[in-house]
Amino acid sequence: MITYPVFSYQKAKRMVNHQEKQTPIIEIKGLNVRTREGEILKNINLKIPRNKIVVLLGPSGCGKTTLLKSLNRLTDLHKELQVSGEVLIDGVDILKVSRDLPAMRQKMGLLSQRPFPLPVSIYRNVAYGLKLKGIRNKDLIAHSVETNLKRVGLWDEVKNRLNSPANSLSIGQQQRLCLARGLAVKPAIILADEPTSALDPISTRIIENLFKELKEHYTIILVTHVLRQAVRLADHVVFMYYGDIIEQGHPDDILKHPKTEVLKKYLVDGN
Amino acid sequence: MRTWKVWEQQLARGISFLAAYSVIFILLFLLFVVFSKGLKALSWETIFSLPKGGYYFGGEGGILNAIVGSFYLSVGATILAVIIGVPAALFINVQLIRLKRTQNTIRYLLDALWGIPSIVYGAFGFTLMLLLGLHASLLAGIITVALLITPILVRAFDEVLKTIPVELQEASFSLGSTKTETALRVIFKQGLAGFITALLLAFGRGIGDAASVLFTAGYTDNIPVTLDEPVATLPLSIFFQLSSPIEEVRERAYAAAVVLTFFILLISVSARFLSKRYAKNIIK
Ligand SMILES: Nc1ncnc2c1ncn2[C@@H]1O[C@H](COP(=O)(O)OP(=O)(O)OP(=O)(O)O)[C@@H](O)[C@H]1O
Ligand SMILES: [Mg+2]
Repeated sequence: MITYPVFSYQKAKRMVNHQEKQTPIIEIKGLNVRTREGEILKNINLKIPRNKIVVLLGPSGCGKTTLLKSLNRLTDLHKELQVSGEVLIDGVDILKVSRDLPAMRQKMGLLSQRPFPLPVSIYRNVAYGLKLKGIRNKDLIAHSVETNLKRVGLWDEVKNRLNSPANSLSIGQQQRLCLARGLAVKPAIILADEPTSALDPISTRIIENLFKELKEHYTIILVTHVLRQAVRLADHVVFMYYGDIIEQGHPDDILKHPKTEVLKKYLVDGN
Repeated sequence: MRTWKVWEQQLARGISFLAAYSVIFILLFLLFVVFSKGLKALSWETIFSLPKGGYYFGGEGGILNAIVGSFYLSVGATILAVIIGVPAALFINVQLIRLKRTQNTIRYLLDALWGIPSIVYGAFGFTLMLLLGLHASLLAGIITVALLITPILVRAFDEVLKTIPVELQEASFSLGSTKTETALRVIFKQGLAGFITALLLAFGRGIGDAASVLFTAGYTDNIPVTLDEPVATLPLSIFFQLSSPIEEVRERAYAAAVVLTFFILLISVSARFLSKRYAKNIIK
């Protein structure tokens, strides 16, 4: 029987020495995204530190979602978007890879504004990414499904109905399922685009607490419109405005002592 | 003022009530006429035997030739329509995604094709048949019926694809699927219920249509063994028997109509059942 090196990522991570831990996990250099109508992202330069929660703030339409999608190249799905520049994930420019794109994308888990489970059972949603990785061992898959559902606090709620359709869960449960599904492929980064905007306060709290735990092992990039959520979670805040990064830094500086007028106005309106 | 409004409301309610129930009434009346006339003449022999000599003058035999023939023809046409229709629907939804104008023009044209009477397809199929050097045969019939049902199938598939949310594809890609894996494991599953309904809809239209096969499929008392042979169909079998001056043969036409109606009902019920069954996982 063949065994698969499932923990290779973790092992590799342990091998990373301290100095490498200080280097940013993502480095964006001169990223431009434009359509025929105009520019959506203008010359973005940004370093995302490892094992931190980076919060992207900014008014609606400033390009936060587009920035997230360029990180794992979901912009490919929108042919009208022209993307240029560099997005280095652990030193590899994802905009240049072709054959390795699926593997690169597996380094990043995605949570969207509204949860979109796959049109299969709860169990298969979590197992999906593992099967893509070529893991066929049933016990291994079952173990991973259980571990990841436990991690997002969903196991007790669904353990008796693992074969029910994922769409039978509540929206809050679906969002946690999507998180479990993403975690199962062992990403290093979590891209979360307003993950709690469709959720009730309790589910929101659950997700927020999860994020706090998860940043031990993951880098989280979080888009939110809720300033209080940013205060609760952020290690680093990036404020965007019309496709530009206007200010960034520690949340205490950015949110309490904004330098630019636009950010001041945004913070006032937001509160 | 108020009384007028109340009166108006009641009138509207009355009209919609009448309209809804008259549709149901007409359907039930139709089924009653067909079944009451047809069941008398229907027997196992009708379904399981070929017409023997003099069948159309009241002799012994059945309409197995037409039942099997219709089945062959519709299955063949549906397969052909799927072969053309699936890539066409994908093309509209994937390649033309940026060209909304072109997309809508094609959709409009396909809808227009849907509305063309089937006798026109029959005439066109006949010309095409001569052009291709074929004669009235199973193959020519399949091609003509495929022409008739392909636009239906493409549009129905297209409607299903249109409703598949792009976020679902994003979810699949972000988990590391390739395009093929996304298509097979996500889009196909999400659309399956709709695809099945579309398929059965097209199949049902194919099996019930008489005019398109009138010139192209021919007619025979046997079951064709090759694509080159003529083929009998249920609608034409009904047509020929109904044109007979002999009362008994006309009654048999109703028996054939019962068989055809039964198939159509069976198709629509299974479409319902299957789409329900495969719809349970759909993400809305
Ligand atoms: N596929 C696209 N085609 C054309 N324009 C687009 C496309 N995607 C995004 N845009 C435009 O790019 C700009 C930024 O959009 P984006 O969704 O990134 O904003 P956002 O910051 O996430 O806003 P919100 O807070 O409302 O989610 C918007 O003006 C939007 O209209
Ligand atoms: Mg957004």
